[in-house]
Amino acid sequence: MPVQWSKDVDSALEEAKASRRPLLLDFSAAPA
Amino acid sequence: MEAHIKEHPAWFHRFDASWTPTVLILHSNGTERYRIEGYLPKEEFRAQLELGLARVVFKEKKWSDAERDYNAIVQNHPESDAAPEAMYWAAVSHYKGTNDHTILGKVAQQLEQKYPDSIWTKKALPWSGH
Repeated sequence: MPVQWSKDVDSALEEAKASRRPLLLDFSAAPA
Repeated sequence: MEAHIKEHPAWFHRFDASWTPTVLILHSNGTERYRIEGYLPKEEFRAQLELGLARVVFKEKKWSDAERDYNAIVQNHPESDAAPEAMYWAAVSHYKGTNDHTILGKVAQQLEQKYPDSIWTKKALPWSGH
């Protein structure tokens, strides 16, 4: 199942808070 | 959430990510619960992610759920570096949930048998009376 990555940290934090689910943040320097 | 150093350098600063790859697992309230820095092979990475999720449960003081999650890591990734860490925290979770301290000595012995070179075995040494 593909991961649906968010590109907006604040909306991701809001979504995690609303859904009461953990949030995974991936910090990368890899070429797209 | 995915952040690239070239696109979102401010987010690196905000979450104190000073190396890549860095993966954070946050509680739903935004509190950091686990940090993975550096590349890992797929299986080891998967096990570390599960450790992070178990840590979220542990910090919520859901002791039986945390014990279950940590034991699942030991069962599903027995050859990973995460396994002895998970075994250690499963014992802690059990102890916190039951006050049964005998689990600590038992797990210290299991760690010595299965993972003699792990730092988690060393951390458990006081549990076995050493």
